[in-house]
Amino acid sequence: MSSVLYDAPGPVARRREAWGSVVGVLVILVGLFFAVRYAAGRGVFQLDRWDVLWDPPKGQTAADVWRSLLVQGLGATLRAAAIAAPLALGLGLLLALWRRVPNVWLRAPAIGVVEIARGLPVLLVMLFGWLGFNMQPLSAVVFGLTLYNMAIFAEILRAGLAALPRGQAEASLAIGMTRWQTLLSIELPQAVRTMTPSLIAQLVVLLKDSSLGFIIGYVELLRVIQRNTAFFGADYTVALFVVGAGVYLAINISLSRLAIRLQRRGSRRSAGTIDKQKLTVATAMLDPTGGLDKSTGF
Amino acid sequence: MIDVFLDNGPAYLAGFRMTLALTAVAGVASLVFGTILAALRVAPLRPLRVLATGYVELLRNTPLTLVFFGMVLVAPQFGIIPPIGFWTAIICLTLYTSAFVCEALRSGINSVGVGQAEAARAIGLTFGQSLALVIFPQAVRTVIPPLINVIIALAKNTSVAAGFAVVELVATGRRLGQAIPGEAVTILGGIAILYLLFTIPAGLFATRIEQKVAFAR
Repeated sequence: MSSVLYDAPGPVARRREAWGSVVGVLVILVGLFFAVRYAAGRGVFQLDRWDVLWDPPKGQTAADVWRSLLVQGLGATLRAAAIAAPLALGLGLLLALWRRVPNVWLRAPAIGVVEIARGLPVLLVMLFGWLGFNMQPLSAVVFGLTLYNMAIFAEILRAGLAALPRGQAEASLAIGMTRWQTLLSIELPQAVRTMTPSLIAQLVVLLKDSSLGFIIGYVELLRVIQRNTAFFGADYTVALFVVGAGVYLAINISLSRLAIRLQRRGSRRSAGTIDKQKLTVATAMLDPTGGLDKSTGF
Repeated sequence: MIDVFLDNGPAYLAGFRMTLALTAVAGVASLVFGTILAALRVAPLRPLRVLATGYVELLRNTPLTLVFFGMVLVAPQFGIIPPIGFWTAIICLTLYTSAFVCEALRSGINSVGVGQAEAARAIGLTFGQSLALVIFPQAVRTVIPPLINVIIALAKNTSVAAGFAVVELVATGRRLGQAIPGEAVTILGGIAILYLLFTIPAGLFATRIEQKVAFAR
């Protein structure tokens, strides 16, 4: 898009740009060099501060460390997300359908639930579960994740249903299908398909938020990392943190890319009748901490 | 039931003030830093674009808790001792939120019709002029609703600081809830209402502006 802002560069501008790029890269590299040299001066890169990953001290084996990180830590993170995601999706669907009830008064509770669940910090909802309802940490984490994400899923699905061309439902009713049949076999499949990228992007948010369990005593990836540093010594903090951050980034970036790819494919294939602009604006509003890169899908 | 609130009024107030301060200071800082990032992302120089893009991609896929974790527990390993409490939270929230501010601004710039930019170029405006006089004034209107939503998300995200030695609303709720287990639901309910008093009206406001702007297009 940025090409619109300036002319297609001629030879002079291109030369200037090339020099600018070279200078820019140099500045960044020099900055990086000093940062690395500074860190090296603090001994951050010394092998004996990383060997916890392949030859840990205190009579532990590398397998022990990795098992604690990936099986216990990541396992717990994924377990919370894997329980919460289908629950949130199911309840979200229910809420989305409830909001389509014609009677305003019957519809109101669904709107209220969505607005409240969206407006609270996930951590506060987890505390409700943990302290208020005496749940185990895992249940509290799942409770928090489910309540928040069901509201967002409901809104995503609602936006998907609203963006469908009216003709779809009209045609289906005209050939004698009931309202339920229309909803289940005509409207929902199309809505879910158009909204799949947004739903996946929201899964990234859900996974990210599972790390809040760290604060209410759920033993997940971050907590395991902290325990390992407490056991092996603070010198290993950097190595273990790099593993943890790497795991999160690897999973989340893959999911984000999948969402973007699906979105691109969808926009190429689907009929032009769906109001694309309305749809993207609507979904960007839902959860600004997630969502897709609407324009370039970079 | 009301007694719980009356007895702990000062604690509630202190927590509310802290949440407000975190939101306000981190909000302003994120807007500034996010705008700089957005400018870098549309800059003519490729290395700057790559740098800003990498930053945004990195932070958007990182849990905020991990940012806090890194700042509080990992940064000292590099000899960087962040001031404990409030300012650490401000730094983390700003680093995180500015990535989303950048995205909101950039999608706003993108939403301005290509023809507008082309026309600006055609009448001979420079890059700076077309950005400042033509694209930016139009982008601002579409950008405001998503920006409000980013600030709402920030207000909710300040709760993560509760896990890292900042006593704001959620930390207050946790402390009181643990001290008076029988009244935990009531206590947390009070905290919830304080949040909803901000998030729901702000959300409705954003939706209304969005509808207005949609008509203008």
